Amino acid sequence: MVKRIVSRSILCAALLGTFGWTAAIHAGDNTPAAQETASLEVKIDNFSFMPQDTAVAAGTTVTWINRDDVPHTVVSTSGKFKSKALDTDDKFSFTFTEPGTYEYFCSVHPKMTAKIIVK
Amino acid sequence: MGNFIKDNFNKDGVDRRGFLKCMAWAGTGTLCVLQAGVLKSFALSDIGSITKQDKAAMKGALSFVQISDSHIGFDKAANPDVTATLREAIAKINALPQAPEFILHTGDLSHLSKASEFDTLEQTLKTIRTDKIFYVPGEHDVLNDNGQQYRERFGKDSKGDGWYSFDQKGVHFIGLVNVMNLKAGGLGTLGHDQLEWLEDDVKHLKPSTPIVVFAHIPLWAAYPEWGWGTEDSEQALAYLKRFGSVSVLNGHIHQVMQKVEGNVTFHTAMSTAFPQPQPGAAPSPGPLKVPAEKLRSLLGLTNVDFRRGKHTLAIVDSTLDGASSTSNYRIAQPESEESLYGG
Repeated sequence: MVKRIVSRSILCAALLGTFGWTAAIHAGDNTPAAQETASLEVKIDNFSFMPQDTAVAAGTTVTWINRDDVPHTVVSTSGKFKSKALDTDDKFSFTFTEPGTYEYFCSVHPKMTAKIIVK
Repeated sequence: MGNFIKDNFNKDGVDRRGFLKCMAWAGTGTLCVLQAGVLKSFALSDIGSITKQDKAAMKGALSFVQISDSHIGFDKAANPDVTATLREAIAKINALPQAPEFILHTGDLSHLSKASEFDTLEQTLKTIRTDKIFYVPGEHDVLNDNGQQYRERFGKDSKGDGWYSFDQKGVHFIGLVNVMNLKAGGLGTLGHDQLEWLEDDVKHLKPSTPIVVFAHIPLWAAYPEWGWGTEDSEQALAYLKRFGSVSVLNGHIHQVMQKVEGNVTFHTAMSTAFPQPQPGAAPSPGPLKVPAEKLRSLLGLTNVDFRRGKHTLAIVDSTLDGASSTSNYRIAQPESEESLYGG
């Protein structure tokens, strides 16, 4: 395992030298890559948030849209943001200015959990 | 065990195979009788002879109807007219030979907690031929205001988030709320305050008092993967363990499911609005669109009949298209507490 990480690091360093910043989006990395855009849409469909866990740059506005036939909510577990009940096709937006990991869930169907990672 | 069956019934005693057969046919017309955890199955044709044996016992009968998940305000493809199907359910109630003493509505009265939806529900339910309607909230009734509007309209005499109890013909009814303050990743929740109230509420009751608990989300692990269960229901059931007969009536999952555990009978009712998929049969729960001609075979109501003299509890699920299935349970009602615990 240690060997693998070392070899990946070498590969990464080599790529970095060749392709510059694009190598930062490393295929072997488990953390999602930061988005270039300043807005992101999260779909609520089939009782799940999609994408479920995603990373965005600070300053990004995330907009949730409910595509289900039942109401859902978008509620931060730490109380940072909270939507009203969203009926079908209703939207809710929040702009993330501070880096950090923001876990949230649907307070109507609490099995629905997800997170936004702000870089 | 053999003696137990011989002493109480003349017909076929049930081994494990019989038990499974009984469970398998519970939805299609076999009568299941439960006494102290032992199930017996009868053909439906036998029911008549059982009830005829003691007509006097019928005097002590208590009959009520459970309706659930009317979702007034829902207008999507799975059922564009949920008020019409609720009216059909009411027509079935009003056509019963004997008017039910009361109605239990086990939540999701509305789809979006809107005042106009509660108005329509209230107006529509006024046409039921019964003395009283008791409610518990579903998660759709407490959106945006933590259930304040619901409680003002449907839970005036309730405690806390809307829980309460009442007695009718010797049966103790308990309405619980498990749709508030839900935690991320969790299931339905009763919460500390309500559990404390429940413990106190049943403390002075005799173990022979039949108990009926009703709440929106199942108080058993119907399908936790879809949130169909309640985090702290075991604590609630622990307070009810000493009672000879506990019936738990829920909604939320829009289909009939039943389970027997010791002296506790768990039962969920159909919706009057739209069906949901069977557990795991779809990527997620939610309104299930079926061919229009099939819809009324998946919507319905539940009729519950206590016959105290005969110590039986009959649960009859009727669909809007006229089909019905009956499950009968024998209530363990000992002469004395000694026979309950010593037998």
